[in-house]
Amino acid sequence: MTLVQGALDWLGDPANWRGLSGIQQRLVEHLAITGAVILVAALIALPLGILVGHTRRGRGTVVALTSGVRSIPTLGLLTILALNLGIGLTAPVLALIVLAIPPLLAGAYAGIESVSVDAVDASRGIGMTEWQLVRAVEVPLALPVIVGGLRSATLQVVATATLAAYVADAGLGRFLFSGLKQRQYSEMLGGAILVATLALVLETALALMQRVLTTVPPDTGRP
Amino acid sequence: MIEFRDVSKRYPDGTVAVESFSFVVPSHETVVFVGSSGSGKTTLLRMVNRMVDPTSGTVLIDDQDVQQVDKVQLRRSIGYVLQGVGLLPHRTILDNVATVPMLRGVSRAHARKDALGLLDRVGLDRALATRYPSQLSGGQQQRVGVARALAADPNILLMDEPFGAVDPIVRAELQVELRRLQSELGKTTVFVTHDVDEAFKIGDRVVILSAGGRIEQADTPERIVAHPANDFVADFIGARSARRTLRVQDVDGREVVVDGDGRPVGMLAT
Amino acid sequence: MNWLSQNTDLVFDLTLTHLRLSIPPILLSLVLAIAIGYLAHRQRFARGPVLTLTGLLYAVPSLPLFIMIPVVFGTPLRSGSTMIIALTIYGVALLVRSAADAFGSVDRSVHETANAVGFSPWARFWRVELPLAGPVLLAGLRVVAVSTVSLVTVGAVIGIQSLGTLFTDGFQRGIQAEIFTGVILTILVGYLLDTACVWTGRLLMPWTRPRPRTNSRAPLHVPADVAGGAR
Repeated sequence: MTLVQGALDWLGDPANWRGLSGIQQRLVEHLAITGAVILVAALIALPLGILVGHTRRGRGTVVALTSGVRSIPTLGLLTILALNLGIGLTAPVLALIVLAIPPLLAGAYAGIESVSVDAVDASRGIGMTEWQLVRAVEVPLALPVIVGGLRSATLQVVATATLAAYVADAGLGRFLFSGLKQRQYSEMLGGAILVATLALVLETALALMQRVLTTVPPDTGRP
Repeated sequence: MIEFRDVSKRYPDGTVAVESFSFVVPSHETVVFVGSSGSGKTTLLRMVNRMVDPTSGTVLIDDQDVQQVDKVQLRRSIGYVLQGVGLLPHRTILDNVATVPMLRGVSRAHARKDALGLLDRVGLDRALATRYPSQLSGGQQQRVGVARALAADPNILLMDEPFGAVDPIVRAELQVELRRLQSELGKTTVFVTHDVDEAFKIGDRVVILSAGGRIEQADTPERIVAHPANDFVADFIGARSARRTLRVQDVDGREVVVDGDGRPVGMLAT
Repeated sequence: MNWLSQNTDLVFDLTLTHLRLSIPPILLSLVLAIAIGYLAHRQRFARGPVLTLTGLLYAVPSLPLFIMIPVVFGTPLRSGSTMIIALTIYGVALLVRSAADAFGSVDRSVHETANAVGFSPWARFWRVELPLAGPVLLAGLRVVAVSTVSLVTVGAVIGIQSLGTLFTDGFQRGIQAEIFTGVILTILVGYLLDTACVWTGRLLMPWTRPRPRTNSRAPLHVPADVAGGAR
């Protein structure tokens, strides 16, 4: 277990946390990329998914798109984009957005579709406008599934952002690649532990959020 | 008054749900459309609040064509009770009942206060107000459905097999309650069911429908029983069956009514 | 096309290597997931912890997992075994929930009927529960197959040869055609293994074959985890 000891020593050394390529900076980069990508992807995918779920139109396209993107190897997508757009953040961010859209889209439309047909029919029958129906009935009831999509997308982005360090100088993945290049196994393993921890923390937080939304009715008033 | 004027509904795949149906539902009366599946009864009901638009013909409410009224405004002015109830699972009973008034702009406090009164009206304990739909029994949920339909004090009430999913004992209770409510409120009501006994219990008038919304007979329950218009109606209401062919039998000086099989069903009132 | 015609041998070798790395984890994870899933289904107390643990394992990104495997299992970093262990872990993580749900979905009355007609627990598992859980397991396995094939490529960045090598090599040498070849072949291999799963399923579970005429639309199956791809 000297390997683990090495990694822990590397993690425990304050010198490794400081500076422009220190852990602190890399962690912030990783989180910032993840957050920005999820935000942009959600702005595209959620309205579209809600629209598909509400109108029940185009779900064949959504399913085809989702399974299509899932079969594309992420590293292939990253390297192709990087080759065309150059080394830097543009290529990985674009690739990450492409990868984050399908789970968000699927979560949104599957969530809306899962809302009880009776509740939707009754709400329309008592005189809700389509917009009120979406806002006050479908979205609140679909929220746990939508957050499920968010959870998948977040994990996907955190993971792929690590891989993105192969083509861009950003994120926690840098420690893995620089460790690999310099045969510094402790740095590599330390980096791996950091990424894994980050992923587990986010996964746990989102899982808890999903559970809270599932058990407690999220809305107690407003029409 | 609701008037169906030669309405038809054909679907793009060629199915004809309703073919040239004309009928007038007088104000303050309860009319029951009864028929088996495929008789178009639900389609007809849903034409009134424009959940379905007819392919030809018009539906008029107090002489106004519903096509000329905004769908949403129309629906808010009509009470609608569905078999599936369709309460919002994420809102309390009280807020479910208050939904329509709040959609119409009534303040929440006011709408909730009225909703409490409605719970009394449909025979629900006020203690249920803060529960969620999933915490209520089927019969209780259906009462909430009725309360919600009454919340905006509509002139018209549409009820689509509202008691279809509850057990027979609770159904009988709800039928009695509905009669009571009707005598108190006098709403113009269209009620849809496939159960002819329910139709006879609830309707001032009963419309017996066969496939495609064809009217086989439309009359008061007693006249339908007395004079079934044709064999279809006679079969549908079971006119010749044991349960409808009652006679009086003298049992130790008391007049007992028995059915066709000789089973007692009650006593003759004196 | 030019690049491909000059490198057919390399591409062919890498495709074979890719299959050698993909197939064992798919099969291993199926066997392990059935065992763990059945245990989680039979022992109620184990269900929660097992599902939580596998869920968390699935959350660990692939690259860090590749790096941590040698520490735990003592395999060399740049080796097929590291890759196979890592992908088996993912496969199990994905499939255990499907398996537990699949066994859970076997109707109680079927279970009791099987006991009543005199199946031993062993026979009941093989002849009743496993076949009835089959369709759900198959659906899960298909997701595992496609995602495994995709994940194998990630190993290329730490030097484990596969079709992913075409990505790293093409990227470093600036050959676009090489990367495209890799992407297309990876998708094809994934499709091939997915189809193999479907056909094996039809062979082993003849009762699930699509009937000649069905007008009911197939239910839309959205797996709990809709991401899948390389993590």
